[in-house]
Amino acid sequence: MNKESVIFKILKNDKGGKIVLSILAVVVFVVSVCNLFVPSDSAFYISTFTVTILGKYLAFALLALALDLVWGYLGVLSLGHGAFFALGGYAWAMYLMRQIGDRGVYGNPDLPDFMVFMNLKELPWFWYGFDNPLFAFIMVMAVPAILAFVFGWFAFKSRVTGVYLSIITQALTYALMLAFFRNDMGFGGNNGLTDFKDILGFDLSSDSTRVGLLIITFLCLSAGYLLCRFIINSRLGRVVISIRDAESRVRFLGYKVAHYKVFIFVVSAILAAIAGALYVPQVGIINPGVFSPLFSIELVIWVAIGGRGTLYGAIIGAMVVSFASTYFTSALPEVWLYALGGLFVVVTLYLPKGIVGLISQLTSRKAA
Amino acid sequence: MQLLKHENEKNIGELKVGKRILLVDGVSVSFDGFKALNNLSFSIDYGELRCIIGANGAGKSTMMDVVTGKTRPDEGHVVFGEAVDLLAMDEPSIADIGIGRKFQKPTVFQNHTVFENLELAMKDDKRFFKTLFSKLNSEQKDKIEETMKLIGLKELYNSEAGILSHGQKQWLEIGMLIMQEPKLLLVDEPVAGMTPQEVEKTAEILTSLSKENAVVVVEHDMEFIRSIAKKVTVLHEGSVLAEGSMDAIQNNEKVRKVYLGE
Repeated sequence: MNKESVIFKILKNDKGGKIVLSILAVVVFVVSVCNLFVPSDSAFYISTFTVTILGKYLAFALLALALDLVWGYLGVLSLGHGAFFALGGYAWAMYLMRQIGDRGVYGNPDLPDFMVFMNLKELPWFWYGFDNPLFAFIMVMAVPAILAFVFGWFAFKSRVTGVYLSIITQALTYALMLAFFRNDMGFGGNNGLTDFKDILGFDLSSDSTRVGLLIITFLCLSAGYLLCRFIINSRLGRVVISIRDAESRVRFLGYKVAHYKVFIFVVSAILAAIAGALYVPQVGIINPGVFSPLFSIELVIWVAIGGRGTLYGAIIGAMVVSFASTYFTSALPEVWLYALGGLFVVVTLYLPKGIVGLISQLTSRKAA
Repeated sequence: MQLLKHENEKNIGELKVGKRILLVDGVSVSFDGFKALNNLSFSIDYGELRCIIGANGAGKSTMMDVVTGKTRPDEGHVVFGEAVDLLAMDEPSIADIGIGRKFQKPTVFQNHTVFENLELAMKDDKRFFKTLFSKLNSEQKDKIEETMKLIGLKELYNSEAGILSHGQKQWLEIGMLIMQEPKLLLVDEPVAGMTPQEVEKTAEILTSLSKENAVVVVEHDMEFIRSIAKKVTVLHEGSVLAEGSMDAIQNNEKVRKVYLGE
């Protein structure tokens, strides 16, 4: 069986997914071409700033997708998914920091600037190995996966559910935020990690690297989508939905509910972490603010607005809300937070299935 | 864990008609001082269809909760087959070893179709990495088809269970129980909300299932019990008040006293 037919098989019966991924593919293609091959004085030129913004939002979309897998299908509302995103981001940022070499402000070939500033004499042990991109990439996935596994194992084994679980996830990300704010943690304190120069030997400030990152982000988002869809289409997916709808009944059928929950939670954490690793080189900085509970809650709002339990709804929600936020925070900065809050209330009250639900309602009305 | 399972399967021993399959011995459960079960003891044989009756609060549901692993008793033993200690196992392991349960209030999976509900209940390897890649083979498909025919939901195979009527959900639950291929079936109020014809059909299915398994039915419908049961156990305030044939039970003085206030 060739690759295309596998993709086709996974997306069979998934009209929404096909549409959303196709639109994104066209947009990414057009933006890339108009940035690289159109002269900058032409009306069709698209700025590198826009390329980067789009790439950042695609990384957010992958994060929203990860959340939808645990919230929309497993019924576990995680209010701390930003933690996995941030850990993935930090791990990749450590690699990027090591790539700076002696080009930092202090010109120290062995230590990043913030360590020189803090009078450290040698590299802390947990920074070892991050010169190697492969090692760093493994860490991007492994650290959040281990955290999710340990956290999930204890929480799900002891059958913590509902609002209690949400509060614990919130506490998890808050605790990590406080830890990363401390300078002596060795991750740059409240300034975070920044001033990256290049990635895998490519200059991060060049247009072609930016476009490359955009395309890679899109490919990762698509692959993540296909993985989630494959999981949901499998019998495991049907067990997961059953856990959401009638958890104790699933146990009486002989399924070990905790194992299923941990599996989905870990997969979701890895996807969130990869999103974080894609976010960092495009935005150029990561700081403990990403661990803030506020960010994780905003992420929940993206998924709710897009439409939870559909996967593609999460992508739509993340893109729409992020673009709206970019527009409003520059045009009407004082209005944005109220608009976001208002939007959340309206969606919860009148559009329980989000934008996706609204669209399918409108099209079915038209057809009738 | 697999090893443990084999160990358990060995401990069931050989199952044959007339041999004990379930032993509940001296089980007590209390909730906040209220004794839901009070030194409850009884046993079920393989090939038997046993009815359990009792007023509300007599301990019928708690007894089922204990056997299926939902509730841990304060004292007592529950043994499945020859030597499987059910009190040391959690709900999924108990279901896996061959004890199926139908709940009083039908709880089918609303967002799955009739077919998918039966597929999920089907006896199969239920570890998560197996279910990620598992596909139905033709034998399993046939089994699901057959069960759908038996429970009269063949035309509705692709309908979401959420839209079924109460009676149809009852049937689906019974179908799910059959798909599990349990050796011991615990059935809580199977005929509530069913028409007389459906009640008759349920009686037929349960009777035929009991021939090569063991079935325990909790019911309030005396007519139904009379039609299926050979042996009836009466629970009262958490322990066994009387046990015997339906006629013997109806003529039992203690039972008459408790039930009819005579």
